[in-house]
Amino acid sequence: MADGSVDAVIARADDVPQCYVDNDWFCAPYWSDYRPELVDATVEHLWITVVSVLVGFVIAVPLALLARRNPAIESIVVGGTTILYTIPSLALFSLFLPFTGLSPTTVIIGLALYSLTILVRNLLAGLRGVPEEVVEAARGVGYSDSRLLLKVELPLALPVIMAGLRVATVSTVALATIGSIVSYGGLGNLLLLAVGNQFRAQILAASVLCVILAVALDLVLVLTERLLTPWTRHAR
Amino acid sequence: MLADVFSYLTDGGNWSGPNGIGALLVQQLLLTATALVVAVLLGLPAALYLGHRHRGGVVAVNVSNVGRAVPVFAVLLVLALGPIGSDHFGPYGRAGLATLIALILFALPPIITNAFVGVVEVDRGVVEAARGMGMSERKVFSSVELPLAMPVVLTGIRLALVQVWATATIAALVAGPGLGRVITRGFANHRTYEVVAGALLVAVGALLLEGLAVLGERYGDPMRRAHRHRTSVVPVADAAELAEHDVGGRG
Repeated sequence: MADGSVDAVIARADDVPQCYVDNDWFCAPYWSDYRPELVDATVEHLWITVVSVLVGFVIAVPLALLARRNPAIESIVVGGTTILYTIPSLALFSLFLPFTGLSPTTVIIGLALYSLTILVRNLLAGLRGVPEEVVEAARGVGYSDSRLLLKVELPLALPVIMAGLRVATVSTVALATIGSIVSYGGLGNLLLLAVGNQFRAQILAASVLCVILAVALDLVLVLTERLLTPWTRHAR
Repeated sequence: MLADVFSYLTDGGNWSGPNGIGALLVQQLLLTATALVVAVLLGLPAALYLGHRHRGGVVAVNVSNVGRAVPVFAVLLVLALGPIGSDHFGPYGRAGLATLIALILFALPPIITNAFVGVVEVDRGVVEAARGMGMSERKVFSSVELPLAMPVVLTGIRLALVQVWATATIAALVAGPGLGRVITRGFANHRTYEVVAGALLVAVGALLLEGLAVLGERYGDPMRRAHRHRTSVVPVADAAELAEHDVGGRG
């Protein structure tokens, strides 16, 4: 600003919306003034969540398949993931700090481990819920193990697996905010900034977007499940 | 690195003083215990009653989903900047009251959901038989439903305990009390060993509490002899099974 006169400063101060001055919780101009920051934070939040749940799922599937036929592996997998889940997120992210530093990897490893815990349990419960007669019938008509899994067991287990994915996704969205401790917390970064400057409009906006993101992803998964299991609609 | 962590943790100077590990540990334990007790007193009677009457299932089951979707960090921040502010609150430290309220809010969902589901899922036949024998409603609840629901109810309290410990750690992000401050202090001063030392303290604390809670659950279950021979196979995941196998929320 070249014009530093007192009048110009006062004129600019008059332009500042009253809700900034009062530090209101809801401030409509905030949403437009800070749109780029909000969009960037939401996008970061989204990709960190999606990558974490996907990584968790990709690891959970083979673990569940190994564990379901072998009680020894099952108790190691279920017991081990339960111990991991007990560790608070702030501590878990911090424990990876010496290895992965201030990077998204630190957050993603932690979040993937939490979703893994939920997903392994639901995969096991879903596969165990497949009726024995159905499995026997499929074997009787000559299904191989892999075909049995892909064509019979996984589709029948899908509702329970999807329930697990929904729980994992929704809690990952909420937990990703803690990633702000290593500067990769998506909307959590905006929250952490607001701790310092007590910017209420920012706190409310970031919190609301976080909940909206969780609900939106949950809806996407519900719709995906409906598309993947057309037979359940007629059964009801 | 590990040597630095070890020497930090074994240096008595780091444990003493108003911001030492000792004081922060006491704050965190106080916060956890108070929040859990208040949440049990607030949530348990209502949830057990609703379960007994088979009413309000939608609410009781959905509080868990809401509890999972709302970020702990956001709630702590909103409460700390609200009217209760970030004043000192007795032995609970700075922002102690705001932290305490947030902890209670996040302890309620697992307690309510598990207590409700536990009572609702008690075999209807057993309950009807008890009524048929002439038991009063009070007696049906205290002698039949509650003992049978106890494992699920206790699991809910254990999940709440672990969640409260984790939430209390996050309070430090909002300049609140508790052991998380060792971690945030380490980050602020670029001392990785302090971050790791704090994380280890929090993690070991969580594991110890979980271990104690599992033991407490085993001894607190009045039907434990009957359960000893229960098969471990889970056929179809019904509501009670899901509640029993729920890993709870994480802060």
